[in-house]
Amino acid sequence: MGTEKNRADLLPGTLDMLVLKILMSGHLHGYAIAQLIQQLSGDLLRVEEGSLYPALQRLELNGWIEGEWGISANNRRARFYKLTPDGRKHLAGESARYRQVTGAVARIMGFA
Amino acid sequence: MRAGTRWKRFRRRLRYWLDHGERQRLLWEEMEFHIESMAQDLIAEGFSEREARAAARRKFGNMTQKSEEARSTWIARWMSDLAQDLRHAFRGMRRDAGFTAFTVLIAGLGIGASSTVFSLVNTVLLRPLPFRDPGRLVWISNGENWTIQAEHYSDLRESNRSFSDLAGWSGYYRTGDKELTGIGEPERITSVPVTGNLFALLGVEPAIGRPFTAEECQGRYSAPAAMVLSYNFWRRRFASDPSVVGRKLMLNNQPATVVGVLPASFDFAGIFSPGASIDAFIPWPLNDKNKPGGNTMPVIGRLKPGATLQGAQAEFTTLAKQLESQHPERNGIDPRLVPLAQRVSGGVRPALFVLTCAVGVVMLIVCANLSNLQLARLGGRQKEMALRAALGAGRSRLLRQMLTESVALSCCGAVLGLALAAAGTSGLAHFHSFNLPLLESVRIDGSALLFTLLAAVACGMLFGLLPALRVTMRSLNEGMQDGSRGSSGGKRHGWVRDGLVVSELAFACILLVGAGLLIRSFLRVLDVNLGFQPERAAALRIDPSFRISSLAQQNSFIDDVLNRARSAPGIVAAGITDVLPLRDDRSFAVAAKGQVYEKGHQPEGFIRIVSDGYFDAAGVPLRQGREFTERDRASSELVAVVNDTLARTLWPGQNPLGQAITINVGHRVMSVVGVVADVRHAALETAAGSELYMPMRQTGDYAAMQLVVRTALPPDSLAAGIRTALRPIDPNLPVREFVKFQDLVDRAVSPRRFLVLLLAGFAAFALILASLGIYAVISFSVSQRVQEIGIRMALGASATDLQRRIVLRTLALAALGLALGMAGSRVLSRALSSLLFGITAGDPVTFVEVGALLIAVAAIAGYIPAWKASRIDPMVALRSN
Repeated sequence: MGTEKNRADLLPGTLDMLVLKILMSGHLHGYAIAQLIQQLSGDLLRVEEGSLYPALQRLELNGWIEGEWGISANNRRARFYKLTPDGRKHLAGESARYRQVTGAVARIMGFA
Repeated sequence: MRAGTRWKRFRRRLRYWLDHGERQRLLWEEMEFHIESMAQDLIAEGFSEREARAAARRKFGNMTQKSEEARSTWIARWMSDLAQDLRHAFRGMRRDAGFTAFTVLIAGLGIGASSTVFSLVNTVLLRPLPFRDPGRLVWISNGENWTIQAEHYSDLRESNRSFSDLAGWSGYYRTGDKELTGIGEPERITSVPVTGNLFALLGVEPAIGRPFTAEECQGRYSAPAAMVLSYNFWRRRFASDPSVVGRKLMLNNQPATVVGVLPASFDFAGIFSPGASIDAFIPWPLNDKNKPGGNTMPVIGRLKPGATLQGAQAEFTTLAKQLESQHPERNGIDPRLVPLAQRVSGGVRPALFVLTCAVGVVMLIVCANLSNLQLARLGGRQKEMALRAALGAGRSRLLRQMLTESVALSCCGAVLGLALAAAGTSGLAHFHSFNLPLLESVRIDGSALLFTLLAAVACGMLFGLLPALRVTMRSLNEGMQDGSRGSSGGKRHGWVRDGLVVSELAFACILLVGAGLLIRSFLRVLDVNLGFQPERAAALRIDPSFRISSLAQQNSFIDDVLNRARSAPGIVAAGITDVLPLRDDRSFAVAAKGQVYEKGHQPEGFIRIVSDGYFDAAGVPLRQGREFTERDRASSELVAVVNDTLARTLWPGQNPLGQAITINVGHRVMSVVGVVADVRHAALETAAGSELYMPMRQTGDYAAMQLVVRTALPPDSLAAGIRTALRPIDPNLPVREFVKFQDLVDRAVSPRRFLVLLLAGFAAFALILASLGIYAVISFSVSQRVQEIGIRMALGASATDLQRRIVLRTLALAALGLALGMAGSRVLSRALSSLLFGITAGDPVTFVEVGALLIAVAAIAGYIPAWKASRIDPMVALRSN
């Protein structure tokens, strides 16, 4: 049994990392997460709903986030996710790794 | 990932899975919320509500698929696929009821046979003997087959260091040795004298009561003070009444107290004397000088912890040499040590091995047959598969679906098989008269269930794999284009099916040859010259219930019995013997008087004490001289009759009549008055040894009196007449033991009969399957080529021509299968050698007969579709598509 990986992503694990990062700012439901990623990336990254929900399930299964039911701004039942201590740790590790990889890629490509 | 995290995740996954219904509903709700939010945003941007919702749904896509993808993080995909495949499989089964029924039946028969044989092998060979720590128990024989003298046993027990203890029993007990009186009907029971420590050594505790005390083991041989009942006897005779323990009963008019009842698991007879029934155990006083002397004792030892069999063997060889030099007056001793389990089941190992292989071959034929059937059936489902593939089902997914179907089918077969195996094993367990060890404890247990399950899965995989591979391979490239029914499905397809049929025939041929060889051996065994005539002969144990104190008293009893028996209606001849052929035996050293033999080359002779009339009654032909007569009495000259072998051994090339012969017990000298034929006394397969007959009227040294009668009527009708005739002599005479000689013969050949029956059954099943297989393939190929046949006939091909072509094709397949099967049989039949009798493993008659049978069956199987093909109306055939 290995860590669940997202099969459809171009950069594997990126979506997971983004979701975790977004959740640093507080409790959010799935739709809000997708919206925030889109906004913060300046409309460059669009999260496919088809990969978002499997990603949430996976993160929850790994114990990095926890979902609980609450009431949304428009007064409907929605599932809010929050980061767990484990998730925080995992995010730190992932972002360090990601920085290394993108740095290396950038050096090769001559961007730096 | 750390183990703790992994474990937490596993628990979470399990929890999700356990309430996956609820979780799925919540996931759905969450996604609905997402769509709703999306729609709200769109409305805010100015879309109408209807448009907004439609757009949101469109954008979100297929919700079912999304939720399935999300769900797949916690439910393994294969589980939901499996459930789906199973539903599919069962739907398919219902649709194709004929195919399903046939498959379940065939697989069930195959699996049932396998499980039955497995249970048998498991009980006899694999499962440990029902004793404490049976791996440390050792059988100690004297030479290959003989038993040990009690005095040697006592000395060995004292002086050896390898065994924690030795125990034994008297191999000298006879069926119906003791007459049980003092409670209900008098009855002759079979009791085994045992050393007091036997039960403790085996680790068997009486179910009720206690084993023998040391005191009880010091009594008189002829009057045991105590007895322990076997479980079966206790149940049958005393209706499982526990209060019988402590009661005093009479054994041969001597009081004996029942001190215990052995547990049901202690099947002494089933292990040490298969086919017999033992009613009770009595203590065997080794110190009693009046017990029968000589090599009478089978011995068992329990190895000390740390001691090895090799070490013990070396020690016993040394000890035996010392004993022989210290006690030249005793019989020789040559201890051979083998593990007890090997001794008990070693004899049937080859037969069970053959059965196991045979059932394996049957399973292969079953699989080949079902594979073929499945192939034909799936031909029709080619398009379904192609459609699925086109809709995105992966090849491995299709493969899995097909395998699920076949495994499900074979599991249904296994249910039937299990029922058959349960019936089969309980049938086996009730063959009391079968001379096979442990047969009574054969049953379906946990390991047999596990085996059945594995067999079912393996069978399903095996027969499903080939069709599954074929179908999925085809579906991806050609399936959809395969428009017309008439196209024959490609050359390769035909090859696979032909190959399966050829292998079926080859396997069936191997089984038939094996069964044929064994059947022919069996017939040879039945044809053997026994040296006596079992038909219309029967024996009744008639030891008087009073004690015989003198030879004169004994002889008047004999006179009385014989006169009355001979005058009973329907009796042609009557005589008395102490041992029955194929059941009891004992041997002494014998010598031509005055001849000195080297030590170790002393001739052994089987001793029979018989009265006048015995040879006539048993049907043993006289070769030379005369029989015993009433005039051979205690006062007259001591006489003897020898068999051919003994005459040849002691006096090669001389006339045995009038020669003097001695035996090592009592050192009596007798004059040979007659020569009779050799009697196969040990087994039908083994030639008679030397036999020495002594007249009963001249000796009291015998353990039983068996009245043997020959009759003009069927022996069954005799019992009552004999009883009436003998009642005046002894009103208490029990007559339970009325033994037909034919039963003795049947029991002696029962293991062989058992093997032959099973193997012949398997071979017949294989033959039926193979002929069905060849029939199916030929008629399938005919049905695929209806148009071609129509054209041929329209162009003038005659019906005979057509038939000949089809039959020839069938015969070509059969010939190929036969050639392979014969070659295989030639190699494999050598494994049967030890079970054959009177023929060799390459017996040409068997091979030719099997070949002819298979060709004939194949010709019939091919002729039926050929005949049908020739009736095809060309016009109908051409129009049909």
